[in-house]
Amino acid sequence: MATATKVAAAPTETPARPGPRRGRPLRWLPLAPATVMLLLFLGGPIAYCVYIAFTNMQLTGASSTDFVGLDNFQRAFGDDDFRNAVVLTLVFTLLSSLVGQNTLGLALAALMQRASRPVRTLTGSVVIAAWVVPEIVAGFLLYAFFRREGTLNALLDWLGLPSQNWLYTLPILAVSFANVWRGTAFSMLVYSAALSEIPKEITEAAEVDGAGGLGRFWHITLPMIRRSIGTNLMLNTLQTLSVFGLIWAMTRGGPGNRSQTLPVFMYDQAFNKSLIGYGTAVALLLLLVGALFSVVYLRLMKEEV
Amino acid sequence: MRPTAPLILAATLAATAGLTSCGGGSGSDPDTVKVAYNRSTDNKIRFKDHHLAEVKKQFEKANPGKKVKLIPIQAQDNDYATKVQQMMRSPKTAPDLVYEDTFRINSDIKAGYLRPLDAYLAKWKTWDQFVDTAKTAAKAEDGKTYGVPDGTDTRGLWFNKEIFAKAGLPADWSPKNWNEILEAARTIKKKVPGVTPLNVYTGKAPGETSVMQGFEMLLYGTGEAGGNPLYDPGAKKWVTGGKGFTDALDFLKTVYSEKLGPDISDALDPNVGTTVYSEWLPQGKLAIALDGSWLGQNWLKTGGKPWPEWSKTLGQAPMPTQHGQAPGKVSMSGGWTWAITAKSKNPDLAWKFIQQLQTKDNAVTWDIVDAQIAVRKDVAQDPKYTSSMPGITFFTGLVKNTHYRPTTPVYPQVSTAIGEAMEAATTGDSSPEKAAKSYDDQLKSIADGATVAAGGQG
Repeated sequence: MATATKVAAAPTETPARPGPRRGRPLRWLPLAPATVMLLLFLGGPIAYCVYIAFTNMQLTGASSTDFVGLDNFQRAFGDDDFRNAVVLTLVFTLLSSLVGQNTLGLALAALMQRASRPVRTLTGSVVIAAWVVPEIVAGFLLYAFFRREGTLNALLDWLGLPSQNWLYTLPILAVSFANVWRGTAFSMLVYSAALSEIPKEITEAAEVDGAGGLGRFWHITLPMIRRSIGTNLMLNTLQTLSVFGLIWAMTRGGPGNRSQTLPVFMYDQAFNKSLIGYGTAVALLLLLVGALFSVVYLRLMKEEV
Repeated sequence: MRPTAPLILAATLAATAGLTSCGGGSGSDPDTVKVAYNRSTDNKIRFKDHHLAEVKKQFEKANPGKKVKLIPIQAQDNDYATKVQQMMRSPKTAPDLVYEDTFRINSDIKAGYLRPLDAYLAKWKTWDQFVDTAKTAAKAEDGKTYGVPDGTDTRGLWFNKEIFAKAGLPADWSPKNWNEILEAARTIKKKVPGVTPLNVYTGKAPGETSVMQGFEMLLYGTGEAGGNPLYDPGAKKWVTGGKGFTDALDFLKTVYSEKLGPDISDALDPNVGTTVYSEWLPQGKLAIALDGSWLGQNWLKTGGKPWPEWSKTLGQAPMPTQHGQAPGKVSMSGGWTWAITAKSKNPDLAWKFIQQLQTKDNAVTWDIVDAQIAVRKDVAQDPKYTSSMPGITFFTGLVKNTHYRPTTPVYPQVSTAIGEAMEAATTGDSSPEKAAKSYDDQLKSIADGATVAAGGQG
């Protein structure tokens, strides 16, 4: 609890304005419950997780837990399945978050700006409906859409096109598409807000100067919403990196391990193979991947145009 | 008086501690026995729930003031095990009594989740009624017994006589070796289009269903390593994948590459087991199924998918050995046990509930509703049991040639590795030889190097 006292008492060492001494202990009193709660329920488990990652803890089948140092991490880097999971995670993130959700969200937002009110309302509510559906429900919906006797193949049949077995042949594409379907609304909302912030005068001035639609978009709109793009990319990537339920419901990471992204791999190691320690180590590595992405985006956002 | 930092902290801590302890729903009430069991993922199937509710009623009547709290966990077997293992880790959430698959029990014993029952069993006359193989099902490496089995099962071939008639195959079909199974499947594929000729479970998603009903039914029929193709109990070592192992994978590869089985994406669906008995077999879409003795329970009036004609439509045949070598048939057996958790606060009451579950009437009723093969002599002779289900005598007869899975703590991990090898060979991602090789690598890490090569081809 010493840390709690230190953290909580920190503000008293650099008072914003010299006040009467009597108020000082009381000043952080409102913060104390929150601080203690955070330490107990967030800091504690995180510290425990970091500790587990360095042990050989098992869910079942072992009578004791020992400290094994960096074994789990060494094992991960030598594990073909782990490498496969990293590649698939990157593919999934790039396809569904960077390319899919982002571009589609921006396109929708841009188009909706020019649309009439009823069209806007309708499109908005359809896209947002996909987003508010719980992840697991969306997973089952899309499983029903993609499976061999599913809606997609029924449609293709009806159009006279050859039916596909996406969940078996290209599962990572199927789950990426599912994630785009589900997550685009978030990007759309962020970009709608950003676009409505652009002053009309500027776009009008550009129009008078003879800039075409694409030119205006490229030279005016994009630079003006650069910060929103950065923020959105960061939030999107972090959300996508940790997608589990959607993939689990659709493919369980299969067939083979062709759609086993890091979160699914982690679950498989920790709970199917009972290797809690190894699974937790992989979780920490996933955290690193997320941190790397965040650092890149933060750097991008810092640069002045 | 001015409140100082430590005081405030202490107060907040006390408040938060109060908050945390009122969650959890632990309630280690000395008069309540908490029973965790797996509820079927098929919402129409509730006979286990009904049976337990009935036993709970009897128990509460016989023991005034005592209560039973049933904790159903609706999940696939793998997920059920994970959930229960997590519950057993903490005294706050540990149930008193858990329903444990015999294939996981040794793993959970090793993890210290369960308590030995020897002291109770010594004073329990009914224990003499249990057959010896059943008594050893929940015996750990330390020689103590940790669970009371309530039935077992066997596996064999189910086939649809109507489809067989269309394909010109006999109604008393009984294949002598693997090849005859494949030949029958090829004939059906040719003569009865639109029907799946043969289902053998495969891959990771169905879990132990694939490994036991699919792979081990093949592997134990190869006669590899003197009849212990997975684990050598004498040497206490795991057997690496030899010729029998690759032959079994090769059989699977043949079934799926020649399109004698279901579409691969259906085969790798985690719910394929449910699809087989609730859709494919009753709808006449599947000719031969390598499956368990319990299938019939689903088609009874009380089952999840009533199908009155099933006993006329379906025949059963023993699974043959690879080349028909002695004894000619092969079967695998598993089963479930009732075990008391190590962190249980009411072990005595939990034991009382086990006794209630195992009154002769309850034991007979349970084996009938769950379509289990009896593990008690008195139950096996009960006319109610012997006449309960068409085919029960056939499947009880397979017990003579049955095999049990290695009862070691790491078996579940080995099983997962087998599932991966099956999936790789079935999908064609790697050749049977390569899949067996990567199984060997995994096995060495699981067994900490305690492996031995199978005879002949190491």
